[in-house]
Amino acid sequence: MGLTRLLALVRKEFLALFRDPKSRMILIAPPLLQLLVFSYAATLEVRNIDVLVLDRDAGRWGAELISRIEASPQFRSVRHTDDPAELAEAIDRERVIAAIEIGPDFSRAIEAGATADLAVILDGRRSNASQIVASYISSIAAGLAADTPAGKQLAPMHVQTVTRNWFNPNLDFTWFMVPGLVASIAMLVGLLVTALSIARERELGTFDQLMVSPLRTHEILTGKVIPPILIGFFHITLFVLASVYIFGIPLRGSLLALYGAAFFYLVSLIGVGLFVSALAATQQQAILGAFLFLVPAMLLSGLATPIANMPGWLQILTYADPLRYFLVIVRGVFLKDIPIAEIIAQTVPLALIACVTLPVAGWLFRSRLE
Amino acid sequence: MTSYRRGRARRLLALIRKESHQIVRDPSSILIALVLPLILLFLFGYGVSLDTARTRVGLVLEETTPVTLDLAASFRASRYFDVAIGHDRRDFADDLVESRIGGILVVPAGFTADLAAARHPAVQVIVDGADPNTANFVQGYTAGTVSTWEAQRAAERALNATPLRIEQRFWFNPELKSRNFLVPGSIAIVMTLVGTLLTSMVIAREWERGTMEAMMATPVTAWELLAGKIVPYFLLGLASMSLCVGLAVFLFGVPFRGSVVALYALSAAFLMPALGQGLLISAVTKNQFLASQLALLSGFLPSFLLSGFIFEINSMPLPIQYISMIVPARYLIPSLQSVFLAGDIWPMFLRSMLILIGFGLVLFAIAIRKTAKRIA
Repeated sequence: MGLTRLLALVRKEFLALFRDPKSRMILIAPPLLQLLVFSYAATLEVRNIDVLVLDRDAGRWGAELISRIEASPQFRSVRHTDDPAELAEAIDRERVIAAIEIGPDFSRAIEAGATADLAVILDGRRSNASQIVASYISSIAAGLAADTPAGKQLAPMHVQTVTRNWFNPNLDFTWFMVPGLVASIAMLVGLLVTALSIARERELGTFDQLMVSPLRTHEILTGKVIPPILIGFFHITLFVLASVYIFGIPLRGSLLALYGAAFFYLVSLIGVGLFVSALAATQQQAILGAFLFLVPAMLLSGLATPIANMPGWLQILTYADPLRYFLVIVRGVFLKDIPIAEIIAQTVPLALIACVTLPVAGWLFRSRLE
Repeated sequence: MTSYRRGRARRLLALIRKESHQIVRDPSSILIALVLPLILLFLFGYGVSLDTARTRVGLVLEETTPVTLDLAASFRASRYFDVAIGHDRRDFADDLVESRIGGILVVPAGFTADLAAARHPAVQVIVDGADPNTANFVQGYTAGTVSTWEAQRAAERALNATPLRIEQRFWFNPELKSRNFLVPGSIAIVMTLVGTLLTSMVIAREWERGTMEAMMATPVTAWELLAGKIVPYFLLGLASMSLCVGLAVFLFGVPFRGSVVALYALSAAFLMPALGQGLLISAVTKNQFLASQLALLSGFLPSFLLSGFIFEINSMPLPIQYISMIVPARYLIPSLQSVFLAGDIWPMFLRSMLILIGFGLVLFAIAIRKTAKRIA
């Protein structure tokens, strides 16, 4: 049948996409920019911490604690105050995320081998970051405790915890985020390109021209599916190169398996895009429809927060999210060299999603046309 | 003079009425102003949670003695872990590779003897570095569980195992619910959607269809035209915000400790740069597709990622911290979180509002110039 026809259609789609310099730009510059900016921005690490200290202790242990905090790389500045009101104000206005209050008996208690008390006040408005700050302060304090007279006595029987970080020895957050962004930015672009392709033709009236041409519906749809797949592969390639050469993330698994899985990922997304496109009457509706899918798909995928933290009924919803599966694959292939069996196990649901969305989109087209 | 002024007011009112009719008629504005905010709020209320739930871990006891069993019992009792017990670390290696567990905790052979002889006993923690956040939590809670266990043992032998006791007080959000700061933050995102995305797309459509030029041909001035556009979307933004605040307080139980006046003053100040940005984008692109892309790129995503909403600005590299300074949401979100959780902190609010209004005026000025130029 019409391989020439199909090729002509694909060429036409590419021309429509790349003719306009502005939309050409939209396809290349922003995705790369997003990858660069967001990879560095999206970190749940806490660094450059500012703390305020209210030190009522005259002895050396209070001063020792402060100097250990100052020396810790996560802390940027340690300010001092004598005024509890200033402490409250600094927390209220978010000038510092934490304040440490050292009582007058601090050094005396330590020297006497008794338990010394330390109060840490944290800004609960940023409860995630402040919990991390609290854990930093606790571990610094634990180090100090080990050097106190009472601590030294206990030291040899003290149980240490020795940590080994597999796959990411320095727990570098970009190693976690960049593969995730590769998957999600590819989704963003792939979905929008597909969702808009038919809506634009509808708005311009060229879709009717296509329909009266000798092309069959499935040929038109195939012609609409191929360009976004190629663009998706182009983006994924670009992002993989950036991940390895700009961010220095190890690529430990099979690139071939990644591309194989990416094919099913893109097809499943394009199915969703066509579905949106079939429902939308205008470009604006298509963009909004795509957006309505994208936002939940990203938030529920495990991109930034683990799926295990979600309530059970919401976890069920995440099974319909293509990004959820591809995220496991991309992260696994990059960092862990996950076994092929695991990649296949994650690819099957992607293929299933595609098997549902593509025929439904095709059916919607026919029913809206006739 | 007065009749001239009255004429102007009437014209403006007529424009506002026309625009309001368009909003109500257009399904996409309902979608952005009502449906999307509801979805976002639900997702942030239920779906996105930074609170650590129980993490599944594998606990490997390389020797089984009363002491190691006692330690294992402490891990089982921990509310942070969901423990599976094994006797060989290789049993759990595949689980860690395939992310079924967050870490492997190993109590090595010889642990009991080392502990008894005070030869620096150690517990080994192997975590999945591919997920650094969970890795940190597993590491931290393991150390915490071990030291609680030690303190219990020491207390049995009348030793002081805690030379230092830290009392942590989390102000404003003692239950440490991430929902309490995510839901107020998402309200800023909703206002960005209405102010920037919706406004830019609607006005870009008018440019596309030529109705903008048609309006220009009437006696209406560029000022009046833009004001006529802005007022309805300003009100729509406030309406969306009110809806979200209602849901946040009554459905999600986020405390509201500040005043309604502060809430509306802050929101109104934030809508100025949001609307200004929307106007500017539409005047520059005059194309719906590009306008929506630019609005998402310069409005939605930065409000989401560069505003301190989820990710701490202080932790970002310096160049990105500088970029975040021109993201209006950065100035709103801390104040909005404070109105909910802390109460009215006017010095902080006034500073944010001044910056936001300043941004708004600059953006409006550029947008008006761009609009006027298009016509000339």
